Amino acid sequence: MRVMVFVKATEDSEKGLFPEPWTSEMMAAMGRFNDALRDAGILLMADGLKPSSEAKRVAFDGPGRTVIDGPFAEARELVAGFWLWEVKDMDEALAWVKRCPNPMYGPSEIEIRPLYEMADLP
Amino acid sequence: MSAGETHQAIEAIFRIEQARLIAGLARVVRDVDRAEELAQDALVIALSEWPATGVPANPGAWLMTAAKRRAIDAIRRDKMRARKHEEIARDQDDVSDDADAIERAMGDDPGDELLGLIFTACHPVLSADARAALTLRVVGGLTTDEIARAFLSSEATIAQRIVRAKKTIAKAGLDFEVPRGADRAARLSSVLEVIYLIFNEGYAATAGDDLVRPGLALEAQRLGRMLAGLMPETAEVFGLLALMEIQASRLAARTGPDGAVVPLPMQNRARWDPLLIRRGLDALARAEALGGKDGPYALQAALAACHARARNAADTDWRRIAALYDRLRSVMPSPVVELNRAVAHSMAFGPEAGLRLVDEIADADALRDYAPLPAARGDFLFRAGRLAEARAEFEAAARLTRNLAEAAFLRARADACG
Repeated sequence: MRVMVFVKATEDSEKGLFPEPWTSEMMAAMGRFNDALRDAGILLMADGLKPSSEAKRVAFDGPGRTVIDGPFAEARELVAGFWLWEVKDMDEALAWVKRCPNPMYGPSEIEIRPLYEMADLP
Repeated sequence: MSAGETHQAIEAIFRIEQARLIAGLARVVRDVDRAEELAQDALVIALSEWPATGVPANPGAWLMTAAKRRAIDAIRRDKMRARKHEEIARDQDDVSDDADAIERAMGDDPGDELLGLIFTACHPVLSADARAALTLRVVGGLTTDEIARAFLSSEATIAQRIVRAKKTIAKAGLDFEVPRGADRAARLSSVLEVIYLIFNEGYAATAGDDLVRPGLALEAQRLGRMLAGLMPETAEVFGLLALMEIQASRLAARTGPDGAVVPLPMQNRARWDPLLIRRGLDALARAEALGGKDGPYALQAALAACHARARNAADTDWRRIAALYDRLRSVMPSPVVELNRAVAHSMAFGPEAGLRLVDEIADADALRDYAPLPAARGDFLFRAGRLAEARAEFEAAARLTRNLAEAAFLRARADACG
């Protein structure tokens, strides 16, 4: 199964605050984690997202299309980065996420969302 | 890590570590079966300890240490038994020497060990079927039952195949090392062959009423990606990976709602998986950059890429495909390649070109009772307007194929000849 794994943003990441030397150490650890994902054959793609201050939203309401400029509130609901993995089941995805280095300086969350598969579609 | 991990979570961690555990242990004990047992012992210990202590920071190293302790205990017991038996007094120091020997044999590079296990499980001393079953078991971590279901075989048959393979490896005294030097290329092609065999068993099921068994294809892709991670400078590994990714991108489009095969030109390209196509094209570019553009898998991947790049069937660059087949037949001569080459030439230069090439190979032994031969001939004849002859070929092909969905497709083509 494919899962999208979201690294959620924090107030700091939204402000673009990445304290050193913590950030360099995290990036090195994250590089090793990504190597392990690749060597296990589960990594399909990965990327980091810029803070929502550089983002735009388009609100849909009937024919209406309203553009909303970032930054957006509720930092912890926003996404700061993602992976796409091919795993056997959610247990495997969980086991991998748990060994991910802390992605943020303070407390943070990673969310695992299974993708729709052929078998789920009508 | 918090305490109170469930057995399910611990087993998931074990599945991640299993192949590397077996690889590291096999190198020491020189016995796949024993290595598997030791890894299982480590799992049992983890299942009893981790729920209380929580998962250790480096679960892989923890499991390896637990398994090594079991190995040392066993050596110690064997020594005691031998001592009693032979009535030879030996120093206790021997045991710590053994422990040191185990430490030394545990390589510093777990990736290298895993690669060694893959090369050993795919050793040419084993039959292709045995290589596939053993690789899925010890590298892929599939259970015997899962492998049996994937190959439409019985659990007993697969279990026996794996036991025999392990014995053959032990008897041959294989060393679980990555081959170096002149041996390496031949051994690598044995590995690639096994992975592609597993892929094809999933992608183009040769028997049964399911046209594709995507589980096996996924397993092969995973092995291919793993191998690409472990051998980042080896062109043909990327050639094979590219081939599998691009072919797998069509899985969803390959069967209709009724389970019938949808041939490539009629597939809904919107259902091709763009991510896998991109990954496939990237892997192909990597293979070519490493100087591997004329490798057999890279050439086949380049062929698959021609289809992947065409927005619709009419846009397909058949001249390029025909030219690629001209090269492939010199790298990988086979009647099947010749047949596909005939199909490509028929698309590039007309059905008569196809008929001419197919007639040159019609007597090949390998193509006797091979359904795609009359199926291709039927197609050339149909396009040349020779409908009665085409019908006979399609009917012959339908009788030959073991795949039920494919037979239905061929009978429909026969009926379309009027």
